[in-house]
Amino acid sequence: MRALTWHGRHDVRVETVPDPEIVNPRDAILRVTSTAICGSDLHLYDGYIPTLRAGDVLGHEFMGEVVETGAKSTLKKGERVVVPFTISCGDCFFCKKQQYSACDNSNPAETMDASRLLMGHPMGAAFGYAHLTGGYAGGQAEYVRVPYSDVGPIVVPDHLEDDQVLFLSDILPTGWMGAENAEIEPGDTIAVWGCGPVGLFAIQSALIMGAHRVIAIDHYPHRLELAKQLGAEILDYREVDVREALDEMTGGIGPDACIDCVGMESHGLTVDNIVDTVKAHTFLGTERPHALRQMIMACRKGGRISIPGVYGGFADKFPLGQMMEKGLTIKQGQTHVQKYTKPLLEMIEQGKVDTTFLISHHAPLEKAAEMYRHWHDEQDSYTKIVLKTEAATPKQEQKEMSHEIA
Amino acid sequence: MPDNRSIDKGTQRALIGAGLAAAAGTAAFLLSRRTGSSGAPIENISDAPDHVWRRGTSRYDANLLGNTVTIGRPREELFEEWRDFTGFPRFMENVESVERLDDRRSRWTIKAPGGTSVELVTRITEEKPGERMAWESEPQSDIKTQGQVEFLDAGPGRGTMVRLTLRYDPPAGIAGKAFAKLFQREPKIQSRRDLHRFKSLMETGEVATNASPSGRSSETPTEARI
Repeated sequence: MRALTWHGRHDVRVETVPDPEIVNPRDAILRVTSTAICGSDLHLYDGYIPTLRAGDVLGHEFMGEVVETGAKSTLKKGERVVVPFTISCGDCFFCKKQQYSACDNSNPAETMDASRLLMGHPMGAAFGYAHLTGGYAGGQAEYVRVPYSDVGPIVVPDHLEDDQVLFLSDILPTGWMGAENAEIEPGDTIAVWGCGPVGLFAIQSALIMGAHRVIAIDHYPHRLELAKQLGAEILDYREVDVREALDEMTGGIGPDACIDCVGMESHGLTVDNIVDTVKAHTFLGTERPHALRQMIMACRKGGRISIPGVYGGFADKFPLGQMMEKGLTIKQGQTHVQKYTKPLLEMIEQGKVDTTFLISHHAPLEKAAEMYRHWHDEQDSYTKIVLKTEAATPKQEQKEMSHEIA
Repeated sequence: MPDNRSIDKGTQRALIGAGLAAAAGTAAFLLSRRTGSSGAPIENISDAPDHVWRRGTSRYDANLLGNTVTIGRPREELFEEWRDFTGFPRFMENVESVERLDDRRSRWTIKAPGGTSVELVTRITEEKPGERMAWESEPQSDIKTQGQVEFLDAGPGRGTMVRLTLRYDPPAGIAGKAFAKLFQREPKIQSRRDLHRFKSLMETGEVATNASPSGRSSETPTEARI
C-alpha cells in the first residue's frame, strides 16, 4: 500500500510499504478514505518528538471502511467508521474511568519503558505518533490496523460526508475537552490562545457551552477571521499588547479561563512587543511555552487554565509561584476521545456544530509530503488539509484536486 | 532576630560550605551504617515491600527483585491463571516452553543469548489459593532461583495487586553464566514487562502489540517493532 512515512526533520515521503494484517483478535483493518494532517504532526515534522524512527507511518486523524475484522471485533465489513487517535482498551482502570488517553494496556510492554522514564508512568498509545506512545503505524495510508476495534471506532451514518465527521478522530473532541476543562460558567469571558483547528473548535465549543464572550489570540489574519466568524472577539498580538488588551477588555479582571491551543512550539519569539512585555513584567526568559506563561499572567485570580496544546517535557522558567498565588486551576491532558465521539456525532447530525468551515485544502494522499510543507510554511492560508486516498476518490475528483494544488 | 548584615559575604559562603559538607557527611554516614551504635540492627519503619529497600538497610537484598501491577480482575481468577505455568510463554518473552511434570513440578526452557537456552525445574513450595504461591528450583536446574507471587486486594472496585518477587543466586556452569548475562541485562525490566503482558492478557484478552507496517524493510507488519 501507499503511506506517508517520516525520515527525518522536514523529510516525509509517500512510499510503498507492506499492507497491515490482523494480529490480535480485537483488531480490524480499515481502508482509509479520508485522513487529515494535524497541528501536532508538525511537532513530528519539526523533529520535536523523540523516539520517532525513520520509516514510521504517520497520521492519527483518519476514517475509512472496515475491510477485515478479527475474531473479537464487533465491527462489520463495509461499515464506515471514524477512529479516535488514542488507542484505548476499554477494560483497564483508566478506560473504565473514561480517562481513555491514559489507557494502561495499549502501549505495548516492549515500548512503554521510554515514557515511564520520561513521564513517571507509561503513556497510553496513539496512532502514528512515535514509539513513546506505542509505535503504532498511523492512518496517512491506504490501510491501517486498528487495535481494540470493538471500543474505539464509531460507526457513522452514510448521509454524513467524510468531511463532516473526520474530525471526531481528534481535533473536534480536543477542542471540546479544551473548553470543558475551562469549566465555563455563565457570564464568563474565555480567552483562547491559538486559532488553529483545535483553537477554532475550542472557540465554537466555548460558545456552545454558554461563554458570555470569547477572545481569540493569534497572529495569522485569516485564522483570526475564522475565529471572528464563529463569534469571537480577536486580538492580533502583533498589533496589541495581549495582556493589556485582555485587562482592558475585561474591566481589569482578566479572562475567567484561558485555553492554550498553541502547545510546545509557541510562535511570537520574534515578536518583540510580546517578549519584551513578558520580560519586563515578569523577568522571565523566552523559552518555548511562551503562550502558556502569558496566559498564566493574564488569567484572572482564581481562574482556570485549560491546556489541550501538546507539551513534551520540562519547561524552563515556568511561573509556578504566579499560578499558586493567583489560585489558578490547571486542567490538561491528551483528549479522552472515546468519551466524546458519540455526543459530538449527535451534535453534528443535529447541525449544532460546524465541522467543515476550517477545511482549506483537499489533496490526494500522493501529495501528502507537499501538503506537509504547505501546512508548515503557510499556516495563514492552510487552515486544515484533508487527504483522500485513491481507493476512495472518484477519478474525476482526483484530477480536480491536483489542479487545485497546482 | 540575628542581623545578617553583620556577617560578611566570605563568612556566609564558609557557613554554606560547611553546612553542605555536614549534610553530605551525615547522608553518607546514615547510608553506610547497617547497625546502630549498640551493634543492633537499625529498626526499620517503612511499610514497603522488601524489594524496594535501599542498599544499607537491614531488609536490603541484592539478589531480590520485584514488581507489582494492578489487574482489574478478582484474586481467585488470577490465581487460577497463575497456577497453570504452561500458559506462561503467552506473556513471558524469554520463556520458550513450560512442561508440567507433576502436580508440583514443571520444566522450563528459557531463551538465552546466542541461540542457547537454559533449563529449570521448579517445585511449588507453598500455595494459598487466591493469595500466594511460592516456588523454587530443583537441584538439577541450570540456575538456582526462588519466586513468589502474591495477590492482594487493590481497594474497592480496583481488582487485584499482583506482586511478583524473584531471587536469583549466582549461577554455576556455562549455561548458568549465559542465563546470568541475560538475566543481569535488564532483570527488573524483563520481569516488569512479563507481568504487564499478564495484566493485558487478563484485562483485554490479548497482549498489546504495535505490529504494523513501516518503511523499514527489516520489519514485517505482523512482528512487534521495538
